[in-house]
Amino acid sequence: MAYKTIVEENIDILVVGAGLGGSGAAWEARYWGQNKKIVIAEKANIDRSGAVAQGLYAINCYMGTRWGENNPEDHVRYARIDLMGLVREDLLFDMARHVDSTVHQFEEWGLPIMRDPKTGRYLREGRWQIMIHGESYKPIVAEAAKKSADKVFNRICVTHLLMDDSKENRVAGAVGFNVRTGNYHVFKSKTVICGAGGASNIFKPRSVGEGSGRTWYAPWSSASAYGLMIEAGAKMTQMENRIVLARFKDGYGPVGAYFLHLKTYTQNGLGEEYESKWFPELQKMVGKEYLDPEVSHLTHRPIPTCLRNHCIIGEVNAGRGPIHMVTMKAFQDPHLEEVGWENFLGMTIGQAVLWASTDVDPKNENPELTTSEPYVMGSHATCSGAWCSGPEDVSPPEYFWGYNRMTTIEGLFGAGDAVGGTPHAFSSGSFTEGRLAAKAACKYIDDGKAEGIVISDEQINRRRKQIYKPLEHYKIYRNEIVAGDVNPHYINPKQGLDRLQKLMDEYCGGVTVSYMTNEKLLNIALKKLKIMEEDLDSLAAKDIHELLRAWELKHRHRAAECVTQHTLFRKETRWPGYYYRGDAMKVDDANWHVLTVSRRDPKTGEYTMEKAPCYHLVGANE
Amino acid sequence: MPTFVYMTRCDGCGHCVDICPSDIMHIDPTYRRAYNIEPSMCWECYSCVKACPQNAIDVRGYADFAPLGHSVRVIRDEEKGTIAWKIKYRNGTEKNFLSPITTKPWGQAIPKLADVPAPNQEMRDSQLLYNEPKWIRMDDGGLHTLQSAGLKMKKGVYY
Ligand SMILES: Cc1cc2nc3c(=O)[nH]c(=O)nc-3n(C[C@H](O)[C@H](O)[C@H](O)COP(=O)(O)OP(=O)(O)OC[C@H]3O[C@@H](n4cnc5c(N)ncnc54)[C@H](O)[C@@H]3O)c2cc1C
Ligand code: SF4
Ligand code: SF4
Repeated sequence: MAYKTIVEENIDILVVGAGLGGSGAAWEARYWGQNKKIVIAEKANIDRSGAVAQGLYAINCYMGTRWGENNPEDHVRYARIDLMGLVREDLLFDMARHVDSTVHQFEEWGLPIMRDPKTGRYLREGRWQIMIHGESYKPIVAEAAKKSADKVFNRICVTHLLMDDSKENRVAGAVGFNVRTGNYHVFKSKTVICGAGGASNIFKPRSVGEGSGRTWYAPWSSASAYGLMIEAGAKMTQMENRIVLARFKDGYGPVGAYFLHLKTYTQNGLGEEYESKWFPELQKMVGKEYLDPEVSHLTHRPIPTCLRNHCIIGEVNAGRGPIHMVTMKAFQDPHLEEVGWENFLGMTIGQAVLWASTDVDPKNENPELTTSEPYVMGSHATCSGAWCSGPEDVSPPEYFWGYNRMTTIEGLFGAGDAVGGTPHAFSSGSFTEGRLAAKAACKYIDDGKAEGIVISDEQINRRRKQIYKPLEHYKIYRNEIVAGDVNPHYINPKQGLDRLQKLMDEYCGGVTVSYMTNEKLLNIALKKLKIMEEDLDSLAAKDIHELLRAWELKHRHRAAECVTQHTLFRKETRWPGYYYRGDAMKVDDANWHVLTVSRRDPKTGEYTMEKAPCYHLVGANE
Repeated sequence: MPTFVYMTRCDGCGHCVDICPSDIMHIDPTYRRAYNIEPSMCWECYSCVKACPQNAIDVRGYADFAPLGHSVRVIRDEEKGTIAWKIKYRNGTEKNFLSPITTKPWGQAIPKLADVPAPNQEMRDSQLLYNEPKWIRMDDGGLHTLQSAGLKMKKGVYY
């Protein structure tokens, strides 16, 4: 094949995927490494890439410490109860103590943050959220990344990390291909900061046909952060902790501002409040420690997100759907109506299109809500991702191995969705994590940890062959058939994605089974995933665009396998409303108040599962 | 709500191709104009719509659940720093919204970190990030630590 090999050498810091996390990393790295070579490799165009491509209307993680609003430990408490007790408190504390400086910087750069005219402080949507006019959030952040990086390679789909051939378990860069020219790109780097984002489209979506792109997390969130790191042998944590979102039906428009700022609320199809009905039964499942409506009422302790989903799922299954968001009251106020609309236009335009096309005006009619298919990511109300070191002044020995946000692979760092155990980081926290990773990566290099890296030609050539195989495979077998996509020798990426989604849905707790699974089902899932891996070897791509889809599918498949392994390992139902283990329907604190950690051996493909201790640094009381 | 391109407006400039995060806006080889090659991977994020200098791209709600006869149009203006939306309902209702997108001249307010004074060793050894401790405390104190927060590391639990 005539594709060129383009080698970029002597990189100090390679940022793989410059969404919010990666942009933060590229930006900050320049300060700590003013003469270091900083390079970005990004699948799309960093001006509009990742989950924030269409903008955001809120920054969901801001402490307001300078105004005495919250301290970092308050945020740890909040994220911990929301995640049913299991988080990396060291990482959360660390993110929370820095995040305000990130947000104030955004404002200095020109991001319009709304202010409360009375207090002069940022306008709160809720205790942690502030409201912004964030249509250009991503272009502004990308501008900062571009100011710091030596080179930005847009349209490079990174497929694999490169590993040091002289020292085991040390990263040495990454490889990928240009989704336009098809050229093979080799990035030789002392460190890699992985910001390649979370995963949509692993589970069968509710939407079908032309509408399949209407996912909650972006359809281009291809699980690459997980695929890349798992494949290289990094340890992962809490991968079972997938998230289900309660959102406006079909459009998946956000509800945060509606609940918090507009004070809208939900009711069932009969017009009744339904949540409290489910609490007594639910309390038996999860224990009073995690659900105590009275305490929540008195202290404003949040009811965990998953438990609120549980009530919706239960109510709908009991035949009392649909669930409605009561907007008719709030929307009579023209100011609130405007906020409600701009909220969508700023981050989920499709919801506005849907209401316009179906003549739903929330002023005159209460729109429907639904629970989404599961997503795997690490920065929302969920915390899947790599097992990373914390900072030296906060982390206990089990959580610390020298460099903040470094994975268990030397020189490989993570940010945003890539890092496990840190829910509720959101956009601002992801950017902050990138900054932390960048500082640590510079220190790693300055400490001489990246000396003597060797990358063999064999490794580079082997990866090159692997990358283009779907194109070759197509060429070889295409002419055996007259036309069309049905071929006994291959499947195409779309066909493969359908298979992945169907099996994850049915066996690993997707929408069609009301998020239910059990040990037997999970074992079947693993078997099917294994066979699917063989078929992924026979994936065919008819052009470079399909080659992109092929590699996205491979990353999704690897992440799905890891999710299934974790779900099988944790023998309890820790997050009812996200998924249920039918054979272990309760929270089991005696055995499972732990973080789950996996490692896939890159040579054998075998997984090792372990329990890691959960350190509570922060007491229960405010 | 996947995108489509009006034949008479598109001049094939490729801005949409350059920006689409899903890599689905491509130039048709025969007509030399852009089109959406994979509507089922469109997030209706409007990145391409906003980027098109000819206003040639529009969105038609997903066929499987959005009836015809609506439109959501947008004009984004970096000079003015605004974004303007026009929503037209199937039943003719119209709604208009205008928001700021930035408060500063585009791209000028971000410092070049290569040119700021380099951090000293003490700063490097600390937990601080660039420009900190600005903005992170109410008082003039440094970064929060377990000690300053009155917290203690407790033994990890497996219970
Ligand atoms: C609908 C929606 C609403 C949200 N609302 C809010 C909100 O109101 N407030 C808030 O603070 N947060 C919100 N978030 C969350 C926020 O967007 C995420 O927390 C944040 O973007 C995560 O950052 P990240 O860097 O991990 O991932 P991303 O920002 O998604 O970045 C990942 C990057 O990696 C690139 N990439 C992926 N694969 C590859 C590959 N193989 N090779 C190279 N590059 C690759 C992508 O193109 C992208 O640039 C919302 C998210 C969504 C989807
Ligand atoms: S940006 Fe507009 S004019 Fe340019 S190619 Fe795309 S649709 Fe055509
Ligand atoms: S709306 Fe977004 S995803 Fe769809 S074609 Fe345009 S840029 Fe691509």
